[in-house]
Amino acid sequence: MLSRQLIAALGGLALGALASSAQAFSVNIANGAEPGTLDPQKTSGNWETRITRALFEGLVTYTADGSLVPGLAERWEISADGKTYTFHLRDAEWSDGEPITAEDAAFALRRVLEPAIANHNANLYYPIVGARAINAGEAAAESLGVETPDAHTLKIHLTQPTAWFLQALAMTEAAPLPEHAIDTAGEHWVEPGKTVSSGAFTLSEWQPQARIVVEKNPHFHAAQDVALDRATFYPIDDAGSALNRFRTGEMDIAYSSVPSSRFAWAQQHLSDALQVGPLTAEYFYMFNLREGQPLADRRVREALNLAVRREVITGQILGQGQPPSTWYVPHGTANAPSGQMAFADMPMEARLKRAQKLMQQAGYGPDHPLRLTLNYNTLEDHKKIAVAVAAMWKPLGVEVALVNSEAAVHYATIRQGKFEVARYGMVATINDPFDFLGAYAKDGSASRASGYHDADYDALVARSTRELDPQTRQRTLTQAQQRLLDDYALLPLYDYVSVHLVSPRLGGWESNPMDVHPLRYLEERD
Amino acid sequence: MLSYTLKRLLMAIPTLLIVITISFFLMRVAPGGPFDGERQLPPEIEANLKAAYHLDEPLPMQYLRYMGNLLEGDFGPSFKYKDFSVTELIMQGFPVSLEIGGLAILLALLVGLPLGIAAAIRRNSTVDYLVMGTALTGIAVPNFVIAPIFALVFGVLLAWLPAGGWNGGAWPNLVLPVVALSIQQIAYIARMMRASMIETLGSHFIRTARAKGLSETEVIWRHAIRPAMLPVVSYLGPAIAGIITGSVVIEQIFGIPGIGRYFVQGALNRDYTLVMGTVVFYGVLIVLMNLIVDLLYSALDPQIRYDD
Repeated sequence: MLSRQLIAALGGLALGALASSAQAFSVNIANGAEPGTLDPQKTSGNWETRITRALFEGLVTYTADGSLVPGLAERWEISADGKTYTFHLRDAEWSDGEPITAEDAAFALRRVLEPAIANHNANLYYPIVGARAINAGEAAAESLGVETPDAHTLKIHLTQPTAWFLQALAMTEAAPLPEHAIDTAGEHWVEPGKTVSSGAFTLSEWQPQARIVVEKNPHFHAAQDVALDRATFYPIDDAGSALNRFRTGEMDIAYSSVPSSRFAWAQQHLSDALQVGPLTAEYFYMFNLREGQPLADRRVREALNLAVRREVITGQILGQGQPPSTWYVPHGTANAPSGQMAFADMPMEARLKRAQKLMQQAGYGPDHPLRLTLNYNTLEDHKKIAVAVAAMWKPLGVEVALVNSEAAVHYATIRQGKFEVARYGMVATINDPFDFLGAYAKDGSASRASGYHDADYDALVARSTRELDPQTRQRTLTQAQQRLLDDYALLPLYDYVSVHLVSPRLGGWESNPMDVHPLRYLEERD
Repeated sequence: MLSYTLKRLLMAIPTLLIVITISFFLMRVAPGGPFDGERQLPPEIEANLKAAYHLDEPLPMQYLRYMGNLLEGDFGPSFKYKDFSVTELIMQGFPVSLEIGGLAILLALLVGLPLGIAAAIRRNSTVDYLVMGTALTGIAVPNFVIAPIFALVFGVLLAWLPAGGWNGGAWPNLVLPVVALSIQQIAYIARMMRASMIETLGSHFIRTARAKGLSETEVIWRHAIRPAMLPVVSYLGPAIAGIITGSVVIEQIFGIPGIGRYFVQGALNRDYTLVMGTVVFYGVLIVLMNLIVDLLYSALDPQIRYDD
């Protein structure tokens, strides 16, 4: 009798457990590195923003395909002169039930510019009146050009029209923040139990170096459209381990888990899970253009560009479908300019002939070879590419010394301009050509590193930012890029692609150039 | 023995000071800084970051600040793991590394010592060749080869055990990393024990014991093992310190949340405070382990006494 009751009770328990596990929709994600922080304004990489984006909703936000849609703002107006943005916030709540107000949005913008926060991308908000001075510690945060006429309205004043400003606002850095929660919890306010979120998920567990769990936020403004109940992020920095754990079925999504050496294998065995798509990121060789450097001579730069067979690199070394590029701004970028280097359609033989002639004109030949150093940071693929490029330059009489260093040393060398040719990977923070072209304009990072200065180019880039008509802007961007390409200021090699594994049981996950994959759109396929 | 222990601990202070000072300046001499990355930062932002971590101060000033904080037990904030202090990171990771490392050492002793003894007793027999051949392979094949093979074979293909992950330290998750971590140690210990056992078995006091008519088993168990253990014990000190401060390879491949990765990642990221924290921690551990080994010596070998 007793045992029968027990069996019935146990059976009930088991059924209950089955029922709840059938209802709960959860995913495990191999997320790369361990996040250093989940404060959305202190993050420095996508292994962090993939989580902060689930927790914090921007005024504008991304869809599954990476395009911009209203987030906490249900609509906005941009003044005719392009200098005032008025956002109308929807009725929404923080996960603790407090209303999300325009003041929270203004607070976040002031905070991201505070020198003590030391945000890496603060310069994206410099178009706001007073922003640069605040970030440089010369003015108080209160002087920022933002107003909140009422609890649902936020006005942002810019110093000049800025075509890509909405893209900057879509970054999690600019998402409204819960001032009340930060005041109470202090510096480490993003911890389970302390943090208050506005996104589709809340933070429920963080075991450092082991796992981070987010759970559906019932207060989220579109909670009824969110199918996913729980996501667990695992820090797995070894790509091979991530691949293994995806194969055992433990992981449902594995980011950057297929090294190029395993790609062909994955194509064969995991074809229904392999997700490959273009990225807004460019792999190129930076030239040191300073006077006295061998590459200050435009003829040499053109010759080096002519001799590189990019399709050999993308096809035989990488083989993941990277588009070989004779342009600078990756084609996956929104509003990407058209145009390419002048030789792009020339047959290889003619290219080599011209390259040899140019080298002769520049004074190099068999008796007087051009000796170049080529720097790259430690990675097998970088090494293979450098060896291949050096071999392609050999017929021009170029003798290359390869210099390999770890990333910190490599980038310090570039920053200090102590190189001749250096491997560089430019990854966009916002989905706009400005991120690439701006780097070579006055005060841009690539301009400072390479010594590239061209007043006309700077003027074109500046104009492209102020230009609000999309077609006119596109033309200006194309002109700007063409100037850089005609000058052979760099040697583009290919546009990056993203390579991820996503379980075929998941829907609502799309490859996109910004590589953003909001969890709120995930669904379970039958 | 107490005064000896105290004296050793006092002597450790200048040693640690020198280690800390050299590491501090070596780290800063290395080219490249914590904010040198693919995305080159605008000067204003780099200035903000440097100010936030006091990197804008002159180096001697930074050194004094660091030493001052260290006296108060504060290792400072990590540059990369901004939400954590270095103390928090070490305290969260150490128990995990201790568990994995401790189990690995235990396994290594349980397997390595008997193997070494057996090989020594049956010197130049098939057993000996088999044990020493296997041990040589164990030493020759590095962690970063063994670990992925284990994960692939036992985790993915056979699916007997998890291919990785910590899972709160559940035993199925412990097996592969512990075994992978112990293989090299088993090999070292077996070889060392064999060599030392052979030497001991050839010494005069063993001959005397045999002459007294003791059985071979008694000779080995009562007289040979203790002195033969000495080299193994002195090896264990630094080996334990090394193995319980984690192994970056094992941790990365099996996703173990220990502190081993901080050594390598910290150095590569120029996370100055994290590197310093792990160096100090490792230094203290080495000092303690060596002390324990020396004390164990006196227990194993009556000729060694620390009374003064």
